[in-house]
Amino acid sequence: MDILLGKLSQFASALPGNVSQGLIWGVLAIGVYITYKILDFADLTVDGSITTGGAVAVVLILHGVPVPVAMICSFLAGCLAGLATGLMNTLLGIPGILASILTQIALYSVNLAVMGQANLPVSVDKFPLFVSQRFTAVANGPQSVIFEMGKIILVVGLLIALLYWFFGTEYGFTIRATGCNANMARAQGINTKKSTLIALVLSNGIVGFAGGILAQYSGNVDVNMGRGAIVIGLAAVIIGDVLGRAIFGKHFNFVARLTFTAIGAIIYFLVLQIVMLTGLPSTFNKLFSAVIVAIFLAVPYIKKTSKNSYRRAARNSAKAKLLGAENSEEEGAVENADAD
Amino acid sequence: MLTLTDVRKTFNPGTINERKALNGVSLSLDDGDFVTIIGGNGAGKSTTLNAIAGVWPVDGGIIEINGKNVVGLPEHKRAAFIGRVFQDPMTGTAATMEIQENLALAKRRGQMRGLRWGITKKEREEYHELLKMLDLGLEDRMTSKVGLLSGGQRQALTLLMATLKKPDILLLDEHTAALDPKTAAKVLELSDKIIEENHLTAMMVTHNMAAAIKHGNRLIMMSNGRIIYDVKGEEKKKLTVDMLLQKFEEASGAKLDNDRMLLSKGDA
Repeated sequence: MDILLGKLSQFASALPGNVSQGLIWGVLAIGVYITYKILDFADLTVDGSITTGGAVAVVLILHGVPVPVAMICSFLAGCLAGLATGLMNTLLGIPGILASILTQIALYSVNLAVMGQANLPVSVDKFPLFVSQRFTAVANGPQSVIFEMGKIILVVGLLIALLYWFFGTEYGFTIRATGCNANMARAQGINTKKSTLIALVLSNGIVGFAGGILAQYSGNVDVNMGRGAIVIGLAAVIIGDVLGRAIFGKHFNFVARLTFTAIGAIIYFLVLQIVMLTGLPSTFNKLFSAVIVAIFLAVPYIKKTSKNSYRRAARNSAKAKLLGAENSEEEGAVENADAD
Repeated sequence: MLTLTDVRKTFNPGTINERKALNGVSLSLDDGDFVTIIGGNGAGKSTTLNAIAGVWPVDGGIIEINGKNVVGLPEHKRAAFIGRVFQDPMTGTAATMEIQENLALAKRRGQMRGLRWGITKKEREEYHELLKMLDLGLEDRMTSKVGLLSGGQRQALTLLMATLKKPDILLLDEHTAALDPKTAAKVLELSDKIIEENHLTAMMVTHNMAAAIKHGNRLIMMSNGRIIYDVKGEEKKKLTVDMLLQKFEEASGAKLDNDRMLLSKGDA
């Protein structure tokens, strides 16, 4: 009992930190949502572009650039990464997933070059960082925690509002149409290459921006920061989707989808925390992410097939046959009479 | 209006799968012409429509729309002049978008798309009235996703989308082939109505000979990537399915070996 209480208080004290981290990854996940859900493009650039965003933000801040400017630059750096993937795909005809892997690998070198070393710390004591995990610690009192988390929530809220507006515009429509049915889009006069490019640029810009916040939050940027980022992003998108559908059903609109993507990221980090509290070493983090994504991807499929399986068909047909045999025994006499 | 001059296209040139799909197609349509196109499988009917729409670049020839050579324009730029309905009802609409959003996309065909709202209140009212004309009850489902509609409903919607912004050419590529006979007849009737009311220039590929005779003011028969028979006006009105079959044998020197085409010679 004492152990359980101990774990519980441990979970509670880590809660603000985990929610904050989840929200920052939620920004990334919203970027992933654009490519994965709207454009229908498996974009693995994310693993590289999040670190690029973090690296650019930290290096600029260390060079005395104002924090907001550095954050805008992290967005732009992400945009460039998306542009690279997009150009390889649309101009050079390299399949999307492969183009994004190429960018991701190339970015590893680029990120190292930007950072100059594999890990670059940035201290909240020396620079007026946007957020820091130091202030989300419970020890700082509720005011500090709420203020730090409020800033991140504000960013997520603004991002959702901006995307709601953008995907409601004429140009936003073209991206949605491209992702849904490129043939139809072209027949309606849409340059699908351009809209693919714009969506990739926007998505990775948001991912880079998330990287910039994450690096400030954790107080450093590491060249391996983005390893598996796409899996966490997908986990958030999928958890949010499954959950949102269950709650909203038919009324699961765009704002709710984006909001639940961010909530999905928070849930991911909370579940991760719970798993870690069972004593599982943190080396198993990535294994855990993969399992979570696999489970949530499998859920809709299994749900569908359980209602619609051959085994079920066999069972039903066996039942029907059994019933039929009983009935025909009764009806047998009547049929014979008819035959006469 | 539309002029094709010696249009040629070979698929997979230089490979074992090389196929000469268009062998010098020449054709001139007048304003308001409604042409039906028939021919066996691989005759080049759909290929001709795709060449006009710019799905891929042609190997040679001239395609003029309103006197402007469009061979150098990619598909999405040619869309400014062309409305299309496809054989597969899934192709013409975006399934995950609302009915009204699909219409709004079509409304802006050939226009610059910027950061204004993708659909306005005024448009919604306009679409409501237009959908009412289809008589399919879609006007009460404007915010439904198109993926929920039946094949016939989707084709009717695609037809409306293709003509929402009046096209210089309307291309109908076997747009009733995937529908059941009753729905097909309804969509054909609707096509006729829309073409006539808007005085459109249209081309319709069909496997149904009776339909090809009944609809439009001009009929073209294709074989081996060429136009082998072209008839219009009074002469076309007098055509029968048997005459068409005979013409085909005369012109191509082969029996029409398309079961589907023979089977569908019956009802219109």
